[in-house]
Amino acid sequence: MKKISFEGFMKGVFMLCATTSILAIILICYFIFSGGVPFIMEYGLKEFLLGTSWRPSNTPPAFGILPMIFGSLVMTLVAVVLGVPIGVLTATYLAKFCDKRLYKILKPCINLMAGIPSIVYGFFALVVIVPLMKDVFGGTGMNIITASILLAIMILPTIIGLSESSIKSVPNSYYEGSIGLGASHERAVMTVVLPAAKSGIISSIILGVGRAIGETMAVILVAGNQPRIPNSLTKGVRTLTTNIVLEMAYAADAHREALIATAVVLFVFILLINAIFLIVKRRTLN
Amino acid sequence: MKTKSRIMRLLIKASAFITFAALFFIIAYIIINGMPNLKPSLFALEYTTTNVSMFPSIINTILLVLLTLIIATPIGVFTGFYLVEYAKRGNKLVEVIRITTETLSGIPSIVYGLFGMLFFVYRLEFSYSLLAGTLTAAIMVLPVIIRSTEEALMAVDDSLREASLGLGAGKLRTIFRVVLPVAMPGILSGIILSIGRIVGETAALMYTLGTATKMINGFFSSGRTLSLHMYVLSSEGLFVKEAYATGVILLLIVLLINGLSTYLSNKLTKGRLD
Amino acid sequence: MDKIVIRNLDLYYDDLHALKNINMDIKEKEITAFIGPSGCGKSSLLKSINRMNDLVEGCRITGEILLDGKNIFDNDVDVNVLRKRIGMVFQKPNPFPMSIYDNIAYGPRTHGIKNKAALDEIVEKSLRGAAIWDEVKDDLKKNALRLSGGQQQRICIARALAVEPEVLLMDEPTSALDPISTAKIEELIQQLKDKYTIIIVTHNMQQATRVSDKTAFFLTGEVVEFDETKKLFSVPKDKRTEDYITGRFG
Repeated sequence: MKKISFEGFMKGVFMLCATTSILAIILICYFIFSGGVPFIMEYGLKEFLLGTSWRPSNTPPAFGILPMIFGSLVMTLVAVVLGVPIGVLTATYLAKFCDKRLYKILKPCINLMAGIPSIVYGFFALVVIVPLMKDVFGGTGMNIITASILLAIMILPTIIGLSESSIKSVPNSYYEGSIGLGASHERAVMTVVLPAAKSGIISSIILGVGRAIGETMAVILVAGNQPRIPNSLTKGVRTLTTNIVLEMAYAADAHREALIATAVVLFVFILLINAIFLIVKRRTLN
Repeated sequence: MKTKSRIMRLLIKASAFITFAALFFIIAYIIINGMPNLKPSLFALEYTTTNVSMFPSIINTILLVLLTLIIATPIGVFTGFYLVEYAKRGNKLVEVIRITTETLSGIPSIVYGLFGMLFFVYRLEFSYSLLAGTLTAAIMVLPVIIRSTEEALMAVDDSLREASLGLGAGKLRTIFRVVLPVAMPGILSGIILSIGRIVGETAALMYTLGTATKMINGFFSSGRTLSLHMYVLSSEGLFVKEAYATGVILLLIVLLINGLSTYLSNKLTKGRLD
Repeated sequence: MDKIVIRNLDLYYDDLHALKNINMDIKEKEITAFIGPSGCGKSSLLKSINRMNDLVEGCRITGEILLDGKNIFDNDVDVNVLRKRIGMVFQKPNPFPMSIYDNIAYGPRTHGIKNKAALDEIVEKSLRGAAIWDEVKDDLKKNALRLSGGQQQRICIARALAVEPEVLLMDEPTSALDPISTAKIEELIQQLKDKYTIIIVTHNMQQATRVSDKTAFFLTGEVVEFDETKKLFSVPKDKRTEDYITGRFG
């Protein structure tokens, strides 16, 4: 009888542990939202989101984060434009064009790529891409293009990993059916297999977007960080994430709350992206 | 028709080439330029503004990794146990936990960092400290451990569970003596991935663990990890050589971690036929 | 003497009525074979006897199974003790991924035997009982997964014997094995009869005639006929039994 109650006790322990992640997400939401939402209410949602000037030390201060929202979106967009084709085609290569022995080497490389710390990527961009951009476009070399190239590299493993597994899970009969009709290997893969893996590939892109928007420490080193709306891709820019890190160290009062409010906006973006991801994924399963 | 196929093939191969060339170039560039900068003074016991030693940061990183794993591993693995071994199908809690885990793994580190600062540093008054950094990192790696445990447990053949229960063993004994040993490589590779995540983390730790240069000497002591050290060095722009050297050490750690995890997951896919 | 008595047993998987009003008396130290086409419920009944069906979600059972006169579904029955008394051998050999010795010692250790000498003795006795001692006695530390399929199945039988059960349930124990291994297992089953009450589910009618004393023929969740094996196969009372054993369906 004692033994049975110990089994029950441990089941309780396991269940308690399982609720930890729920507790964590509730706490995270509570602290981020309660830290930032009151400020947004007071300052005005419209002024905060659409204000084009960020002057925290002026009197009166201005806390408009439109430049940062713009910065995050443009940078992510360019990174996606650069990274997605390369990522998806690399995934196609791994899944359908690469022989087994090579695959055994290349696949761990993708995992390695995902494992390299952002700071190392950022530093690499700082010492290699920034001087290159300086030579090509002049200026400091810290601009949207630099940061986007960096982000494009950084989101590759995310896109490749998920795309590859969804390409691989397409039933072989699709491919065979197409080959049987006289299509070439390339044609069968591109016109039958990839479309069948569409939703997995889309999820991988959504995850990549999430990763790009959320990236902080690598971007901070190479994006220039000017809080203004740039008029060209060769101008520096500040993102939502870097805004928080750059100023949190010395911010106080309303300024600090404005930074937490910046995190609220970032968090809402991420939650939306996650929700879309979950919906796409669920649709794939059904 | 034929030319189209040929172009397609070329594009695919070119993309793969770009991906892997970028990876190798980054690694080779950092290592080749960093190696000559690995001076003994960088490993001096004490950090000073002249030697900018990374030794305290290495010790701090190890401390943070160990403590984080001590907290996150049991919680993550036990969550996996609950999800796979206990929960009944259609259980609402399982559904909620799955969504939560997915959401947690999508939250950017800076949001974790801010949360850690607001909750652990200010509300619980831990100040910038090992404790605040550890707890923040533990929440971050939790989804990784849960996911890998879940997958590893699901890969265990049900007939082993039946055999154990059929001999009159209880559920706990079945899990710990039969299922866990088989699932171990998968769980371990998740834990190793988490180590990589903690070692590489910066944004979440900056405002929780802090960036003090000394070696951590207690739960409420602040310090910087190797990645934070590298960030501070590269953003100041004064110690580029030292930043290179730190990059080399970080890369070597990551290479080691990934090698281990690849080895373990190969072992898992090879299965129990060994 | 009746070892197992099944009374008015009905079993449902959610809405599926998988066993319908089963009644059966199984005598001690006899071998009973369950035969019938796939999905007829024979395995479900087998797994009800040691309550392995408890693990199946949505499975609901009404009626009684008496083991030595005691209903196994009573609330005061410790299911772990029940499963110690009623051992099970599965369709696919499923040794644990550990040494031969640890496989056999798993059950006794579960039930509290820690003494090394006692365990050594049980391991040897069980392996002898499963007619595999001579093949593995020099290799007890070897991983059980390195053995051949037939050897693995005998290890699983030895593992079941190690907890000294009174009843052995065998769920198509030879269906995954080659003919030579099958012959060995069948021979072993005959030897085990002296000590154990055995119930074997089989697809193979020849096997049923070779090893069993009694046979039950199942069809769509009902026991159509339950009789001495010789009688059932030579003069079946029911037309459906006759059709099945002469290969007219299934």
